Amino acid sequence: MAAILTAGELRKGVKLEIDGEPYLITDFEFTKPGKGQALYRCRLKNMITGIQFDRTYRSGDKFTSADLEEQEMQYLYSDGHSYHFMNMSSYEQIEMSSEAVGDASNFLSENLLVNVLLFQGRPIGLSVPNFVELQIVSSAPGIKGDTASGATKPATLSTGHVIQVPLFVEEGETVRIDTRTGQYVERVKG
Amino acid sequence: MERDEKEVLGGKRRFIEIRCRVLRLIRAFFESEGFLEVQTPLLTAAPAPEVHISPIPAGPSLFLSTSPELHMKRLLAAGFEKIFQITRAFRAGEHGRFHHPEFTILEWYRSGADYKDLQRDCQKLVRFTCRAVSQDAGLCFRGSRLDFEGQWERLSVRGAFKKFVGWDPGPHPDEDRFDLDMSLQVQKNLGFPTPCILEDYPTSLAALARIKPGDPEVAERFELFWAGIEIANGFSELTDPREQRMRFRQAIESKKRTHGIDYPMPEAFLASLENLGPCAGIAFGVDRFVMLLSDAESIEDVVAFGPQTA
Repeated sequence: MAAILTAGELRKGVKLEIDGEPYLITDFEFTKPGKGQALYRCRLKNMITGIQFDRTYRSGDKFTSADLEEQEMQYLYSDGHSYHFMNMSSYEQIEMSSEAVGDASNFLSENLLVNVLLFQGRPIGLSVPNFVELQIVSSAPGIKGDTASGATKPATLSTGHVIQVPLFVEEGETVRIDTRTGQYVERVKG
Repeated sequence: MERDEKEVLGGKRRFIEIRCRVLRLIRAFFESEGFLEVQTPLLTAAPAPEVHISPIPAGPSLFLSTSPELHMKRLLAAGFEKIFQITRAFRAGEHGRFHHPEFTILEWYRSGADYKDLQRDCQKLVRFTCRAVSQDAGLCFRGSRLDFEGQWERLSVRGAFKKFVGWDPGPHPDEDRFDLDMSLQVQKNLGFPTPCILEDYPTSLAALARIKPGDPEVAERFELFWAGIEIANGFSELTDPREQRMRFRQAIESKKRTHGIDYPMPEAFLASLENLGPCAGIAFGVDRFVMLLSDAESIEDVVAFGPQTA
């Protein structure tokens, strides 16, 4: 739930509600000249639009923390415009725009469990697990005998996303991917 | 992932060693200048009332000292002429790259002196310490070269504001505007590559300083900046007990309004002012000075234990 914060409680990582939208403090600096008053310089990032700006606050300023909540949900399907998820405890279904899903869509496969971030009950983003397993739907065959270490080729995942994989990985195989870096980790035996 | 304490403290060894050298050099400097090292209480019933400084309560009717200033001046009034101390000061709510609520402060006082004498002291102290600490390569802080031997920059507050933000603060500037521009615009330009003495503050912003003879619009206060960082704040002391009592009362009333805390009037200090002749005193941030000499990213680097691990 939202709480009232004082300027002294501002820190990097604190989430505030400003003009009805959630903001994350991505950079924070406390300054206080000689005998003068304290200033709290914040770089704020809008958690919906991603837009960033700087604001300076003073002692005595009051803030409302952003009412944010994370819920575990299962990915169901995409209808081309939006993505559909189901809350695993209430079985309630929600819909999320592709803007809100963002790059996470590269790693969404049916039935994947994700954490959906809700602002005042409204989904605004999601985080996928650090590692996911996805099938390669197309990739040029590897050249026999080419064992040069580190050589890679492009491969298209079932989500349509293209990653670099080692030459020995073939179409139809399932691979493990680190979603934080977007990189191939290993082949998963089917 | 949390790094374990042994690793963290081991990583701070270089900073802790430089801090040790700096502390020894400061003591050696003041000894060579004929100063007496004194110690004054960390627990006090009557901290100096200042609008923008919040003391940390330490039990019923007691506070941790926000600065040794009042006790140092009581010693001066009693006839101690040249005194210094390196001690801890405590200020609630100050936490940032250059602030900790508990920090190390150097203060020194001279009777029969003014702020120009303190500026000379600063120059000698900084050169003495830097010569001993710096290697042949010289000193560098966050990518900026630090030059302590060259001619130091000197600017009046009015001159600096006209130069960097295009307005003249005059004797009674709007305090919000002044602080904002000072913090965000002016300060970052001061002290490259030599230290900068910023002097002659608008009278309304130098509550404990003497009005400059011949220029009633400014007070004899200066601050030392280096690489954009505020290092020291000194002045020709205000020694008029009536004026001082009035300014304390204003600060006490302001604190009562904004924080709901009723701080006592420092009566023993005010009584001692009756015996205090012309003098000058300065507070010098030891942690920040160590940061400069060790190219530290944050004040957290130069203390073994910061607020999170204390």
